[in-house]
Amino acid sequence: MIRLTDVFKVYANGTKALKGVTFTLNTGEFAFLVGPSGSGKSTIIKLLTGEVAPTDGQVVVNGYDMERIRMSKMPYLRRTIGVIFQDFRLIEGKTVFENVAFAMRVVGASNKEIRQRVPYVVELVGLENKINAKPDELSGGEQQRVAIARALVNNPSLIIADEPTGNLDPARSLEILLLLQKINELGTTVLIVTHEKPLVDRLSMRVIAIDGGRIISDGMDGYYNYEVE
Amino acid sequence: MKWSRNRTGYYLKEGVSSIFNHSLMSFASICIIIAFLLIMGSFILLAVNINDIIGGLEDENIILAYIDEYLSEFEARALGAELARTANVSRVNFITREEALERFIGRHEETGRFADVDPTWLRHRFEVFVEDIAFISDTLHEMRTIYGIERVNANLTVARALVSVRTIVTGISVVIIAVLLAISLFIMSNTIKLATYERREEIAIMRMVGATNSFIRWPFITEGFILGFLGSMASYAVLWSLYGIMAGRVYNFEAFFINLVPFSVVSVPVFFLFAAIGFGVGVGGSGLALNKYLKV
Ligand SMILES: Nc1ncnc2c1ncn2[C@@H]1O[C@H](COP(=O)(O)OP(=O)(O)OP(=O)(O)O)[C@@H](O)[C@H]1O
Ligand SMILES: [Mg+2]
Repeated sequence: MIRLTDVFKVYANGTKALKGVTFTLNTGEFAFLVGPSGSGKSTIIKLLTGEVAPTDGQVVVNGYDMERIRMSKMPYLRRTIGVIFQDFRLIEGKTVFENVAFAMRVVGASNKEIRQRVPYVVELVGLENKINAKPDELSGGEQQRVAIARALVNNPSLIIADEPTGNLDPARSLEILLLLQKINELGTTVLIVTHEKPLVDRLSMRVIAIDGGRIISDGMDGYYNYEVE
Repeated sequence: MKWSRNRTGYYLKEGVSSIFNHSLMSFASICIIIAFLLIMGSFILLAVNINDIIGGLEDENIILAYIDEYLSEFEARALGAELARTANVSRVNFITREEALERFIGRHEETGRFADVDPTWLRHRFEVFVEDIAFISDTLHEMRTIYGIERVNANLTVARALVSVRTIVTGISVVIIAVLLAISLFIMSNTIKLATYERREEIAIMRMVGATNSFIRWPFITEGFILGFLGSMASYAVLWSLYGIMAGRVYNFEAFFINLVPFSVVSVPVFFLFAAIGFGVGVGGSGLALNKYLKV
């Protein structure tokens, strides 16, 4: 669950990245966040993951008020969120299994839990045949699926993806988006930042459009009223 | 966060693999700890040996307290209790004027020359043994104030020289040890800083998936601990064997009248001291690095 209420973000250098953003994404919902470069999309993602703090307004993520949350509580909020990045951020030299298991180890799972859960999630993203491969032996799409498996492994209630298909060809991109849609159907809230209009059109889901730090449209069925580049 | 064997294994594995990722820096930090502890150990052994020699001198009767000649032997003996109560006095030994004369004659070859010396020309006296010759002047001063003590004599030249050597050695070693401690902490903290830098991507991912700060820190603290431990154990072994060789040489060299204190006398406290310093530098250095570098 995400709720932004009249959120402003001014960076230290004076850049006004967000100028009063308000929207809600309820539990179990799926939405795209679109907008031109520099419009403030990544800033919104960073507010949700606690990487930056809002200058004004309220940001609530999975019941945590991001302004009031104590630093010591932050890890526990982050465990309820799965984050996926454009550049995958896998650990080189660790296998698919280890990369995914890593996220479980970090939150204190036992070896037994890890051995049960990791193969299941890896299968969910369709990489069971590559479970012992290392990132440099995988295609871009496969690496992104490892990143998705890692985001999923701790069973988060919210998945946030910042341009998860930015490095992939259209066929792979569609594959990834369909996978995220499938995950949403299993009950996880999903928010995806993307530039890919044809894909957004195809999936017919809610689209939140932002420009110049303001929401300019928010509607269902892949509707949005401006051209993304 | 609950403790588990699972985790401890993970921290150890990560700590060890990190050491090999930047083996040169790891090697440097072990070396500086070894250098530090060897120098410190040498000073400790030097001080122990000086103390041993000083202790030997303390066992020889350095102070003679002469009793007023108008006191009877009984009255003179009674002063022993008061002398023994003086600060820094370990024990006293009464010598009658007759015994004193015997000793005096015994020390001189042509005994005949003193055959007609009357014991009453001499005074009753006490041999006084002190605990620490560093404070001997105070002790002498206090003894002079006792009623019935006529004169107090002590041969202070050797004692004073040794005490000042000990003071100088202590002073120099405190300064050198402080400097070395600072250098060791600096190098250790740089090694750990490098380790966190090498792993910054991994740390970012750990944060993202909800690792607590302590979970992120433990592998680095473990690394510091391992380096400190290796350094202290290596320097202990080196110090032990070098000292053993030296003690053997001194023993064979007949011009020396002294023997070095055997290593076994200090082996246990030095072991724990080295272990504690290795631990302190390793864990302290990594703590310094993490505080500066691993902000949330
Ligand atoms: N750390 C920062 N310090 C200062 N300004 C920043 C910082 N991060 C982003 N900005 C500025 O804030 C504005 C919004 O940036 P943001 O990254 O949110 O855009 P975006 O919509 O994600 O763009 P893109 O599609 O190119 O990723 C931009 O003008 C950017 O230059
Ligand atoms: Mg962006």
